[in-house]
Amino acid sequence: MKERIPIVEKILSANDHIAAQNKSALDSAGVLGLNFMASPGAGKTSLIEHTIKKLKDRLKLAVIDGDVATSIDADRAAAAGAQSVQINTGGECHLDAIMLQGALLELPLEEIDLLIVENVGNLICPASFQLGTHKSVLIASVPEGDDKPYKYPGMYRGVEALVINKTDLLPYVEFDMEYFRQGVEILNPGLVTFPLSCRSEEGLDAYLAWVETEMEAHRRVVQ
Amino acid sequence: MHELSITESILEIALRHAAEAEADKITDIHLVIGKLSSIIDDSVQFYWDIVSDGTAAQGAVLHFRRVRIEIVCQACGESYHPEELDLSCPACGSRDVRIVAGEEFRLEAIEVE
Repeated sequence: MKERIPIVEKILSANDHIAAQNKSALDSAGVLGLNFMASPGAGKTSLIEHTIKKLKDRLKLAVIDGDVATSIDADRAAAAGAQSVQINTGGECHLDAIMLQGALLELPLEEIDLLIVENVGNLICPASFQLGTHKSVLIASVPEGDDKPYKYPGMYRGVEALVINKTDLLPYVEFDMEYFRQGVEILNPGLVTFPLSCRSEEGLDAYLAWVETEMEAHRRVVQ
Repeated sequence: MHELSITESILEIALRHAAEAEADKITDIHLVIGKLSSIIDDSVQFYWDIVSDGTAAQGAVLHFRRVRIEIVCQACGESYHPEELDLSCPACGSRDVRIVAGEEFRLEAIEVE
């Protein structure tokens, strides 16, 4: 005899629940958590290195790096002067809240101001999994092409800030900035956007100022 | 390809509710997926056959109910169902819009024996 059991449960509710726990752990320690997402090679790690070098005198930084394999990125973050933890996802295409929860236990949160989580390089899957960080930052880059907002709408819809990296390459590649930004505007109107080059450091200051403003705003909220 | 972890979540939720109902076997699983959720039905089905193997949900039929996108314009109040990527209001052109449907991703019901 068949019986229908109504459920109405979000399929990712377990992940969302852990994400909420992660957020409250960060909040109670006064840590601002940023989730950096991008395709492979967009310059997530370079941007993180620059963030550490420029802000380490004023803020205590930590980095949690998600990669399918190796600790190359965590090593780079550590060399730049941040505490770092590597998560190897062993094939998974994204970080989830449970992986982040494990990594948070390895950090002295009370001593940290700013935590950057470097997600697995991928423009699809990380968008579906909340981590418990406060803001998501998408790092696009000029050589990827100007059609990426149109091709990966889920990722562009779900972020609070956008970095357009490698602007020093604009003279050498076909990248219509107007077309790119139109695509972003359709999906995420008014999105805070920072065109910059990690290599030449042009435009970096506006992004760093945003990070510090977010840090200040977060401090006021959690206090 | 995050359908594997998603499929594992579906199995976990279904088995938990079946156990609470003291059911022996799950025959059908009803999923609600909004058109804005980047989930591929075939891929979930592929992983389902693997992860449900040997459980009370082995062989259960997956039913996918797709929900169309519904948006309410915050500027003029227009309600509409965009088919294209452009989510802006067709009536007044505003991009200050609220998505009221299309992001669903949940388990609606299971059928058990």
